Amino acid sequence: MTSRAEVEDFLYHEAALLDEWRLDEWLALLTDDAKYRVPSNDAPTGDPANTLFLIADDIDRIRGRVARLKDPHAHAEFPHSRTRRLVTNVRVVENPGDLEVFANFAVYRMRRGGQESVFVGRYRYILRRVGGALRIALREAILDPEELGRLGAVSFIL
Amino acid sequence: MSEFVVNDPKGLDFRVHRAAMVDPAVLEREMRRIFDMCWIYAGHESEVTAPGDFVTRTLCGRPVMLCRDSAAKVRVFLNVCRHRGAVVCRERSGNAKGYTCFYHGWSYDRDGKLDGVPGESSYPVSFDRRELGLAEVPRVDSYRGFVFVSFNPRAMALDEYLAGAKEYLDLVIDQSPTGQMELIRGTQEYAIRANWKLLVENSFDDYHLMSTHKTWLDYMKKSGVAIPKPAKGHVMPAHGVGKALGNGHAVIDNENFRGRPVAKWIPIYGEEAKPEIERIRAELVTRLGEERARRVADTNRNLVVFPNLVVNDGSSVTIRTFHPAAPDRMDVTAWALGPKGESAKARAIRLDSFLTFYGPGGFATPDDVEALESVQQGMSTWREVPWSVMTRGMAKAGEQLNTDELHLREFWIQWEKLMDAAP
Repeated sequence: MTSRAEVEDFLYHEAALLDEWRLDEWLALLTDDAKYRVPSNDAPTGDPANTLFLIADDIDRIRGRVARLKDPHAHAEFPHSRTRRLVTNVRVVENPGDLEVFANFAVYRMRRGGQESVFVGRYRYILRRVGGALRIALREAILDPEELGRLGAVSFIL
Repeated sequence: MSEFVVNDPKGLDFRVHRAAMVDPAVLEREMRRIFDMCWIYAGHESEVTAPGDFVTRTLCGRPVMLCRDSAAKVRVFLNVCRHRGAVVCRERSGNAKGYTCFYHGWSYDRDGKLDGVPGESSYPVSFDRRELGLAEVPRVDSYRGFVFVSFNPRAMALDEYLAGAKEYLDLVIDQSPTGQMELIRGTQEYAIRANWKLLVENSFDDYHLMSTHKTWLDYMKKSGVAIPKPAKGHVMPAHGVGKALGNGHAVIDNENFRGRPVAKWIPIYGEEAKPEIERIRAELVTRLGEERARRVADTNRNLVVFPNLVVNDGSSVTIRTFHPAAPDRMDVTAWALGPKGESAKARAIRLDSFLTFYGPGGFATPDDVEALESVQQGMSTWREVPWSVMTRGMAKAGEQLNTDELHLREFWIQWEKLMDAAP
């Protein structure tokens, strides 16, 4: 049995790594076949094989995304945004071999010039035990707004 | 308004005045003289297939409904009740037997006819239902699945309007063995805090690729895509040209280096995708012949249909349209387009390839958005730094490169012409 407290600790740790832009340490939380997805706002339950997403990364593209974000030529995130993630309402469903975890999020993104935006939605994770430690096999950030609108882009890791 | 564009071919001078990106009076004039006069992309026929299918959206500041009527004909209604003007259909998409305004309960059938008026007996004899159906956009026409509207009843025929752009739409549509393309589920809708004309320029400006999209090029290189060293005089990995297509439309037309779902394999697609890409290529050659197949499969094209439709046939096919909300804001909608009936595998490759470059989470588009917002911030100095120079390639006779600015000038020349035209 995995307690909700253990899962919450894991998610809070992940959120802290992302807010602090410790992206290599964040990568180490992923399994070797991990996926990261952000569906289009009007198709929150689609399959990326037949539906246009905003982000549908396999592990290679996640690593490519991190390499890009660490490069000062990733202009949309240079200087880096400040972000602050609030992760709540964590629910854990135990499956054979893995855990399905749902959580709500509000991610504040702040940049110079008074630019502040709030990304609101829910996470869906598939977590797996690798050598005793929890690891992320799937991380899906499902946005609640009807359209991305003034949020503009998902240029950081949501 | 000719003070906004200086076009002096003899003096090799072409400049755009930056006030055109900030002045509310310019935007007001654009709405009346450009958006209300031109043909505007409204949607794709594949979005509505059966009688009663509808999608709602905002075009040129007006709520509209693109739908199939009872005879399966594509219609575009102004989505407002004839009684008090409330928006009638407030769902994004669906299928309906008819449309009922919730305010006082007036209802319309699939053909837009007013077929229900609660308490109709209180209206005097002058009240005539037949005159109060949903209003239609004055002009609706389509080209091979692309539906356009015009709010100008006297607009020239769509066919004539599209001019040379048709050839480039054909190149996209020829990818499909069925001759039909379809819009894929999932819409990218985002705002950019910048003037809409900056996105027109950006959409076919290849001069910015090497500097703005360095991280994307690095990602491609690392994944095993050959990025050839530019030939002398180029600032792009591949040779390409810029071409004017008439009526303000223009295109960049490049040799492909970046991979194409139809049909050029690159390592990012994965080894297992190779046979599928080869199969698509073979079908293309059989159907179109070697030369035309090469034209369809081995060139990337970014097409701007004046004023606000962009069809990029590159890493995937994207339809992108945008409408100004303010001088310093536009709302962008982007879709993926694919051959109707393509295999599940080909569809998956297409969508995956789309996301490497395009869209608000892609490896390139967010940096474009950043560039445009940065430019818009810079526009605040228009009094001190009034002009943007746009002369690349101007002294050349003959071929204009994709990194030249002929195609940008073509847009601005048409813009100026319409802004100056008597309404």
